[in-house]
Amino acid sequence: MSRTLIRSTAFAFLAGVSLLATAASAATDPAAVVKHYAELGRAKYEDALTTAKALDVAIDAFLTSPSEETQKAAKDAWIKARVPYQQTEAYRFGNKIVDDWEGKVNAWPLDEGLIDYVDKSYGTESDENEQYTLNVIANPKFSIGGKEVDATKIAPELLSGTLQEANETESNVATGYHAIEFLLWGQDLNGTGPGAGNRSYTDYDLKNCTNGNCDRRAAYLKAASSLLVSDLEFMVKQWTQDGEAAKAVTSDPTKGLSAMLTGMGSLSYGELAGERMKLGLLLHDPEEEHDCFADNTFNSHLNDAIGIDGVYTGKYTRVDGTKMEGPSLSDLVKEKDAALDTELTGKLNKTLDAMRAMAKRGETVEAYDQMIGDGNKDGNAVVQAAIDGLVDQTKSIERAISALNLGKIELEGSDSLDKPEAVFQ
Amino acid sequence: MVLLALVPALYSAFALATGSGELTVEEKARVEAVLKPTTDFSQAEKFEALQAGAATSIEEPGRLAFSHFSTNLPESRRMDFRLGNALFRKLWVAAPSSTQASDGLGPFYNARSCEQCHKDDGRGMPPDGKNPGTMFLRLARPAATDEERALLAETMAPNLADPVYGTQLQDKAIAGVKAEGQMKVTYSDLPFTFPDGSVVTLRKPDYALSDLRYGPLDKTTTLSPRLAPQMIGLGLIEAIPEERLRAHADPDDADLDGISGKLNIVRSLDGKTRIGRFGWKAETAVVGDQVAHAFAGDIGISTPAVDRPHGDCTSAEVDCLALATGIQERLGKSEAPDPILELVTHYSRHLAVPARRKSGFPDVLKGKQLFYASGCIACHTPKFVTAKDAAFKEFRFQLIWPYSDLLLHDMGDGLADGQIVGGATGREWRTPPLWGIGLTSTVTGKAFFLHDGRARTVEEAILWHGGEAVKARDNYAKLSRTDREKLIAFLESL
Repeated sequence: MSRTLIRSTAFAFLAGVSLLATAASAATDPAAVVKHYAELGRAKYEDALTTAKALDVAIDAFLTSPSEETQKAAKDAWIKARVPYQQTEAYRFGNKIVDDWEGKVNAWPLDEGLIDYVDKSYGTESDENEQYTLNVIANPKFSIGGKEVDATKIAPELLSGTLQEANETESNVATGYHAIEFLLWGQDLNGTGPGAGNRSYTDYDLKNCTNGNCDRRAAYLKAASSLLVSDLEFMVKQWTQDGEAAKAVTSDPTKGLSAMLTGMGSLSYGELAGERMKLGLLLHDPEEEHDCFADNTFNSHLNDAIGIDGVYTGKYTRVDGTKMEGPSLSDLVKEKDAALDTELTGKLNKTLDAMRAMAKRGETVEAYDQMIGDGNKDGNAVVQAAIDGLVDQTKSIERAISALNLGKIELEGSDSLDKPEAVFQ
Repeated sequence: MVLLALVPALYSAFALATGSGELTVEEKARVEAVLKPTTDFSQAEKFEALQAGAATSIEEPGRLAFSHFSTNLPESRRMDFRLGNALFRKLWVAAPSSTQASDGLGPFYNARSCEQCHKDDGRGMPPDGKNPGTMFLRLARPAATDEERALLAETMAPNLADPVYGTQLQDKAIAGVKAEGQMKVTYSDLPFTFPDGSVVTLRKPDYALSDLRYGPLDKTTTLSPRLAPQMIGLGLIEAIPEERLRAHADPDDADLDGISGKLNIVRSLDGKTRIGRFGWKAETAVVGDQVAHAFAGDIGISTPAVDRPHGDCTSAEVDCLALATGIQERLGKSEAPDPILELVTHYSRHLAVPARRKSGFPDVLKGKQLFYASGCIACHTPKFVTAKDAAFKEFRFQLIWPYSDLLLHDMGDGLADGQIVGGATGREWRTPPLWGIGLTSTVTGKAFFLHDGRARTVEEAILWHGGEAVKARDNYAKLSRTDREKLIAFLESL
């Protein structure tokens, strides 16, 4: 399970040298670059928190008086909350604190049958089997993987504690954005056809309840929403000046720069281009998409790409419109190798263009799950173009790592490692 | 039912790797020379640190030490490695769900993803009372009828499944059916006294079953606990020429050295018989078969190669068979449609063996000398050269150091499980490769060795060696304490 594409370094970063070399043009200080990176991180997580709180308020309003309007308002708040969060994803790889934590808020895919009812006829020719209604919302007592769970009271602790500990990885599908997404939208039963999930607000209407257990469903939604807020509060703290995540990158600028480039490279290549996009395209599976219930995947991918670009350019536009800018990786690379900076900037922009084209198609022509459908040549090509952009920019990110002397570490006792290709050929 | 289209991809390794017959005279001489066990322990051998040849990973040997791809993997296949990795980690869910290409789990299962047992591509753990562990019980019985005996004689099956519980005990189940039962393991102390008087307390496991859902097992069914093995270097092991394995085999101990070495001839999913080289009993010949069997038996996911959407449900487990499968005709005729099996197989082949650490350190070299002198290399064969015409270019003609002959050996009563698997008797186990063994706890957090993880240290694993290996074990025990530590230091450097 390799999640880290680019290794950190044991080489000392030659900050002093670059200062001397370009003394006249006030060279960029790596310490300032990582400090700004941490500040942007804080701003992004603060925005994710602000929008999650707005979502929580909208969910309160929806649950207090369920209607189409209040449900729509909650859904809109969810989509808005995804924008800043997805832009934080470039902080995930390279920052251990983030990577260890992110499963709580963004785990996917979701075993929705564990949370709530699922459509019985969907995806199977089998008979009516009552036992599929075994889920947390319908069942105060049930078992996961053969273990008994008491879920009489649905509270955040049940989701984060009991369900989480029920079976290690199995549990983390019970919380986060996608659990909330499922509870707001419901299953997307349209396959690669148009349309998102179509849950009725009456699933939460205590007086006119559809699909049963509206009280427990409401409790689950509220618990998941509260948990999202508290989980994001934790992460904002990590990025304040004295927070662990901020200190980890600012205390050693070389490590910080490595974390930045690792985050860019790993999200670009393995995670986004590979797992989230190419895999779904390969399998033509409508649910191999990140925001599958809401059909919001194109936005989710686009904001990932914006986040990656932001790590390099040092720019971020906050949800209130404030523009942030500061010392950047781009500045550092430019001083070392101006052509490489032009190349990488160009490739990041090309990816952004491809992502925007994909998002535009998502808004005007067809949803992401339709784009990756079997036989949809045009849709497939649009997604492939974004993948190609991400793969291509990774190569330049790797070159930037070399340019900044952040290359591979050397191993002790590596007496004959210098020519691996010459082993026995 | 085997989809023909898939066969070339999974079996091309063997279609091409027919042996080293095509080597030139000079190459052959070079191979023979390089494969001779060294007698010079004053320095590390040439290329020794790169124990998996040009495929060796030279990434940092940390927690992800087993998760890197072969260093010489062509860039064009790296994305497939990533995709295979994603599928390896993919949590399969029960059908029906909206994640159509991810459903079909179970109904009975031991794990929801490959990663759950092969955590970070490392070894599994036995249950410890709190943690359920990543180990299961293989169930098998000997032939009872002439018809069954004929099946085994023709290597159509390695043994017979339990008539009710199938080929393994699944301790988990999806909603709608209860798990088959639970494995219970209890340990008792078993002191081992060294000739120098010091004592190590081994733990002797005892296996039992509880909560059996369908009544007792067949009287002749045996339990064989199997710990998830590490995942590294599999493509290279697959590329070792069959004739090289044959050269080490000595089933009747014709050379009277007390060591037999038996080939396990097994039938692959494509219907051909080959030398088994994977699994604790060498019961599988190719990586693709191992992956397909694990999907079916461990996760309950059918693939084009093993078309069992109900996993290990038997006809006696009616409620299990009544549950839905995760097959969507639109996506293919199995729960995991193409190219899932190919991608996971590609990933599994290319998990790289990390480079040795400290291979040139004096203590490690001394330990190596003791390892050789104690007779360990009679089974733990240091080196192989892979086929020059192996299916995958990156695995061709590599000098590799698995420290295993991949053959079956009688390991004595202490380790015996009494289960026959093809050519393996109830006392025989495959010599497992030792490469990477020193990084076990770095990757997994804890280290457990042998087929059921009973050994908590490398030394305990050595002390469990019986049968043919008892002489080597005694040689180890006779060493002074500092020499024993050096021998262990050598193993830790692998």
